[in-house]
Amino acid sequence: MDAAARVQTWIDERFNVGELLAPLREKTVPVHRYSQWYFLGGLTLFLFAVQLCSGVLLLLYYRPSASEAYESVQNITNHVQFGWLVRSLHSWSANLMVFCAFAHMFSVAFARAYRKPRELTWVTGMFLLFLVLGFGFSGYLLPWNTRAYFATKVGTEVAGQVPVVGHSMMVLLRGGEDVSGATLTRFFALHVAILPALAIGMVMLHLLLVQKFGTSVPVSVGNDWERNPHRRKEMKFFPNFFLRELIGWYIALGLLITLAAFFPWELGTKADPFSPAPPGIKPEWYFLAQFQTLKLIPAKVFHMDGEVLGILGFGLGGALWLGLPFIEALLGPRGARYVRVGAVFVLTYLAGMSVVGYMAR
Amino acid sequence: MGNLKATICWRLLGTVMLLASALASAQTKNVCLDCHSKLEGSLKVAAEQADVHGHKGMSCDICHGGNTQDEARAKAAGSGFRGHISREQIPELCGSCHADVNYMTRFNPSLRTDQLAQYHISVHGIQFAKGDAHVAICTDCHGAHEIRPGSDPRSLVHPLNVAQTCQRCHSDATLMKPYRIVATQFADYTDSVHHEAMVLRGDLSAPTCSTCHGSHGAVPPGAGSVANVCSTCHVLQAQFFDESPHKAVFAEGCATCHTSHRIKHPDDNFVGLAAGSACGDCHAADDESGKVAEAIHDRLHKFEVRVADARMLLARAEQSGMDVAEAQVVLGQANDALTKARVRVHTARLAKVNAELDAGLKPAAAALSAGEAAMKERAFRRKVVLVPGLAILAVVFALGFYIRELERSEAEDQKSGEQTDRKLAA
Amino acid sequence: MVTRALPTERPLEESTAKRIPRRAALRFLMGTIAGSVASLLYPILRYLVPPPESSLNANEALAGTVNELKPNSGKTFRFGNRPALLVRLTNGEYRSLSGVCTHLGCTVQYRPESTQIWCACHNGCYDVNGRNVSGPPPRALDNYEVQVRGQEIYVSRKRVA
Repeated sequence: MDAAARVQTWIDERFNVGELLAPLREKTVPVHRYSQWYFLGGLTLFLFAVQLCSGVLLLLYYRPSASEAYESVQNITNHVQFGWLVRSLHSWSANLMVFCAFAHMFSVAFARAYRKPRELTWVTGMFLLFLVLGFGFSGYLLPWNTRAYFATKVGTEVAGQVPVVGHSMMVLLRGGEDVSGATLTRFFALHVAILPALAIGMVMLHLLLVQKFGTSVPVSVGNDWERNPHRRKEMKFFPNFFLRELIGWYIALGLLITLAAFFPWELGTKADPFSPAPPGIKPEWYFLAQFQTLKLIPAKVFHMDGEVLGILGFGLGGALWLGLPFIEALLGPRGARYVRVGAVFVLTYLAGMSVVGYMAR
Repeated sequence: MGNLKATICWRLLGTVMLLASALASAQTKNVCLDCHSKLEGSLKVAAEQADVHGHKGMSCDICHGGNTQDEARAKAAGSGFRGHISREQIPELCGSCHADVNYMTRFNPSLRTDQLAQYHISVHGIQFAKGDAHVAICTDCHGAHEIRPGSDPRSLVHPLNVAQTCQRCHSDATLMKPYRIVATQFADYTDSVHHEAMVLRGDLSAPTCSTCHGSHGAVPPGAGSVANVCSTCHVLQAQFFDESPHKAVFAEGCATCHTSHRIKHPDDNFVGLAAGSACGDCHAADDESGKVAEAIHDRLHKFEVRVADARMLLARAEQSGMDVAEAQVVLGQANDALTKARVRVHTARLAKVNAELDAGLKPAAAALSAGEAAMKERAFRRKVVLVPGLAILAVVFALGFYIRELERSEAEDQKSGEQTDRKLAA
Repeated sequence: MVTRALPTERPLEESTAKRIPRRAALRFLMGTIAGSVASLLYPILRYLVPPPESSLNANEALAGTVNELKPNSGKTFRFGNRPALLVRLTNGEYRSLSGVCTHLGCTVQYRPESTQIWCACHNGCYDVNGRNVSGPPPRALDNYEVQVRGQEIYVSRKRVA
């Protein structure tokens, strides 16, 4: 027996790995014309792993205090060997991960994969999306440059507009009344400890549910297969589907490295709390739609403060979207159609507003 | 008993109120303003005493005489009422207090008291003595009833407002014609770098009309060229100019090249023989001095280009994430040399200019090479990712290839399995 | 592909013939994956090694040593990407200020003869507290905090929130 086989036997004699891995060996993935969309979830997970690794590397040199944060990032980018690569990789991968998370969510929404029995998979997935946005928001401040400082100021101020609890929320987020070194410390704790712990737990729950219920098939395909069983096609997860996933992951990695080298992430100028906000300050693209919406809402709508209305609207929208499977069930037989229309509307709105926000001065 | 107490209380209250109102009205009672605040046109005087004299407790009577407290005797004979004060009377009237040292010390010991004396020897004062009714008198610049201290931004003589006040007459071509003075100074001045310094950059020490021409003693006879004033701030340039051959030739001094009012920031082409240059007004390409002018221009320009190139390169490198802090300090030294060289243009000697620029060559070159090194590093980074990039590409191909082989053999196993099944079944 | 149990009996030569290219493909795949891992591991390993330079931040700089300056003298040093002045007064105290003239940005210097800070470009003068006292400079020089730690003199920006 060669070395690999010997190691395998040693492990098998002690741990019943075979039993553990059996479901994985038998796992299959449906094959139909929408199968390509199945890759998005795994891609998001891969990018999360990239973030974990590059994040840990950055942690080795980053200093989370207002007087040293910017300089430590400058140190990483300019002095540490391949620091520029790690840093730009982390920033680009963050953006790509947010994109994939949204794409994954929308593909699930349009394929209606949240139908019974997969409602909780959808819910855990939505929580993961919120966590990803939280990662984006908290991580953005860490380089402590002008853009990040003011983006955080505006963002937390928006949070402060929520009626009743808004101010307390804002103080809790900021670690004080204003954005300061205390905010940086808090965001750092969120970004490297609290959110990762929550996210890893949520990911495991999400994957467990995916494993339990298997991969869902779009309704039209499911109906077709029921009528014509011979058309049913499945692919073994391991190795066939996984190898294909690996291709996607490697392509993403290649893309990230290219982006990191040719479009390095900017350092900006160090944040100065006393200087006025630079004109045309905008949040990152994944918050642009909401930002632009708030800008467009008139100051007063039916005697209510426009901004508060907007924020409550987002909250309500988010809550409805979170409970999508339950709402569809509540809406009765036409529920699926309404949800589809709603999904189209949400996607178009978010995409459109993001473009408008990007082009606006 | 209760009744008596109440009566006493009410009587007391009444007396207090009467006293209070008497006191109050005694302080602000001004029978002149009672009417004149309601009149229109030139007789109108604003009711609020925003005047600096008013704040010191003075009233209409200190200039106009009369009685401000008793309406019946406001303008009575014996009250000293003067009514409207004519233009010829104003300077002496103002001077009756402002030139009195003993009097002025009571109110503000640090205020000068020579304004009237200065006025008498100024060009305005001399014309005034000749009976000219059009020249400026005290009230033309300071106002009559709402006089504010010069430090008050609303004052007509606050540094930011001086030019505006002077130009009320001096921009009027018709008014200036009999004196044969041009009326373009204000327009020129507002286009100048001094005006920009004051208005845009908020530097109140920048010169305005009174800084160079004087205020009360504006242009006394025998005053030389205003150019003498330039050296108060522009010390080095004046020193170098005095050493140069131009000093003996130009009576107008600095104003010869820089003009008196429309002083702009000299650019690249101000020195040399190009169109719009100062040197080109007198010198030509074939005379010795013209050649010197050209040479100075060339050297300055070349150096400027170098510094600009280095600055741009460093900016690009910095934007790409490279660390160029030290290089920027070094570039600052090159910039210093350029500034010093520009000042030495006033010597009109190439050697002096060259000396400064030579000192700046080394830092300029160092900054440029640092910028180039940074850009090289940037290019290197783009190349270095080719290694993992190609490795990744190789993996992607290998994966595709392997999947194809795997599934092909699986399909064949499947087919042969079916064949065997059929054989067994048969 | 339909999942079915593979048949136990099949012609041997057939199966072996099909397996060989597959094994080769697998070997090739493993090789390239190893290569990609190595090419990514290399920069990571290099990254882990700390760079030689000490990471003093742009908020603080080493200005000099205790015995370097005599009373009534000054020196220019680099603070971030700008020059700065370290001045030792006649009474032995240290002052540190920005070395960038507020007029047009030339580097200023300390002049012992006048105990003032002077700009050679246009003759601007500042006192040792940085206040502009004569010449074209419109504003005072920024002051920095001086901290003597042992034999070394550190200069840092004035602390703000």
